[in-house]
Amino acid sequence: MKQLLLKPVCIAVLLCAFSLIACAGDTTKVATNSKENADDVILKLPDGFTASVFAEGLGHARHIAVNTNGDVYVKLANLKNGKGIYRLRDTNGDGKADDITGFGDIAGTGIAIKNGYLYASTDEEVFRYKLDAANNVANPDKPEKIVTGLLSRHEHEAKAIALDNDGNLYVNIGAYSNACQVADRQKGSPGMKPCPILDSAGGIWQFKADKPNQTYGDGIRYATGLRNVVGLNWNTATNTLFVMQHGRDQLHDLFPDLYDTKQSAELPAECMYELHKGSNCGWPYIYYDEFQHKKILAPEFGGDGKKTAGEDAQDPVVAFPGHLAPNGLLFYTGNKFPEKYKNGAFIAFHGSWNRAPEPQKGYLIAFVPFKDGKPAGDWEIFADNFSGGPELTASGHAKHRPCGLAQGTDGSIYVSDDSKGTIWKITYTGK
Amino acid sequence: MKKSRLLTLTGILFLFSVLLMALTKTGSSNQNKLAASIERGKKVYAERCLTCHQADGGGVQNMNPPLTKTKWVLGDKIQLIQIVLKGLSTGVEIDGDSYHNVMASHADLTDLQIADVLTYVRNSFGNKAKTVTEAEVRSVRAKTK
Repeated sequence: MKQLLLKPVCIAVLLCAFSLIACAGDTTKVATNSKENADDVILKLPDGFTASVFAEGLGHARHIAVNTNGDVYVKLANLKNGKGIYRLRDTNGDGKADDITGFGDIAGTGIAIKNGYLYASTDEEVFRYKLDAANNVANPDKPEKIVTGLLSRHEHEAKAIALDNDGNLYVNIGAYSNACQVADRQKGSPGMKPCPILDSAGGIWQFKADKPNQTYGDGIRYATGLRNVVGLNWNTATNTLFVMQHGRDQLHDLFPDLYDTKQSAELPAECMYELHKGSNCGWPYIYYDEFQHKKILAPEFGGDGKKTAGEDAQDPVVAFPGHLAPNGLLFYTGNKFPEKYKNGAFIAFHGSWNRAPEPQKGYLIAFVPFKDGKPAGDWEIFADNFSGGPELTASGHAKHRPCGLAQGTDGSIYVSDDSKGTIWKITYTGK
Repeated sequence: MKKSRLLTLTGILFLFSVLLMALTKTGSSNQNKLAASIERGKKVYAERCLTCHQADGGGVQNMNPPLTKTKWVLGDKIQLIQIVLKGLSTGVEIDGDSYHNVMASHADLTDLQIADVLTYVRNSFGNKAKTVTEAEVRSVRAKTK
């Protein structure tokens, strides 16, 4: 009898205690997150740099591009008020956008400006909008369709874009797979050799920047063996395309006998590649191990974590820690940052998820100094604390996630966040 | 008369207490069963689900759906069991956010492992829903191609 009566009482007491704790937790949360506002984090930057919020509350703000007059264009992964592109204009030069206008009912990731046109992509197509003499979009409701019919199969579907100086458009077509297994991400399912995905995805395709309605047959597979690229950019110093690959996931989940959770969190490296026509970066057959400094045969294809392979595949230019998800790449050509930044690479790391159960990492902007077109030193953290603190980084519940990068006409750089849609402007104010 | 009344009363009291004891026992043995299933399910979760859905069931923005406060987890058990058996490659939408990543089939897990992991998920991360039994998984598996 006693036991019976005590039980519900105990449960009730426990429930009360729990709800009190839960409520207390919620209150704190509301206090810091009530306004969708980037005041909730203070970015950590090298001495002499300052960051200010240029715009906020834009939602899933992916890549960004800056026009010759300083306007910032933002591509959204989800339409906001029915619009997929936002133009941010700072009319009074106070470092904050005060004239914000949306257009285009196309959601996606890619955006770039070249020769008086604004290019923007969905997960299947690339469009362009003419910019008029007054630097406005001439026909916001009537973009020209440049590329159509690209594969988008629920994985690595974002079509990041870049343009060179010779009238070419480069489009990432990510592999709709983790490691080209017969059954994607299924334990025990073997790798397919040759990997049939590579015919139409898992690489960078080159199209003409001004020819309408191109599709696979009109373009060429410029580079292959790239699992997924989101950050890419044309390097005007080398006149080549640089890309950041998102390395494969789940080494431990799929091969617990070969990789423990710690190795699976660290491997493989997130790689920067310099591409040329015909480049092959080796996916899915190999991955790059930044500790052994070797291309390792993927376990789906008979690898054991040690066997090397991929003699025909390129080595990375830079290898970063695993799963940090490089989503933005920018080569700094401005004159306002200290000399060491000239022609160097900024990389926006969106932050990891595949390091679980180990702590997550990333949510930062990295910098790699370059000299004569090659890295001239180790990579370093340039901007940090987008997450809001070490605990939010470790848990993966980052407040902001860096995605896009663009250089301002005044030599500053812009960073987009696709979690809450904050756009930061980072300037150098030191002497 | 008096004696028999007393006897009846004692009898009723006795029966009542037996019933109470039985109820308590069933209750606590059910509790034990649930706790054991959750404990086993947690291990399966760590090996098969945690990387994508995260330790707290919160999922990953745009990619892997959260397992908290969603009808996908708390609602129809048959659909939930089928997702584990067949995987999911069409993506899902929850509260206006879409999640695209491919989920592999986990049909190689035993009926008991699937029951355990689903019971764990339905009773963790703030979720509270009925257990999933081995028999239920067996029945869904038999009908799933």
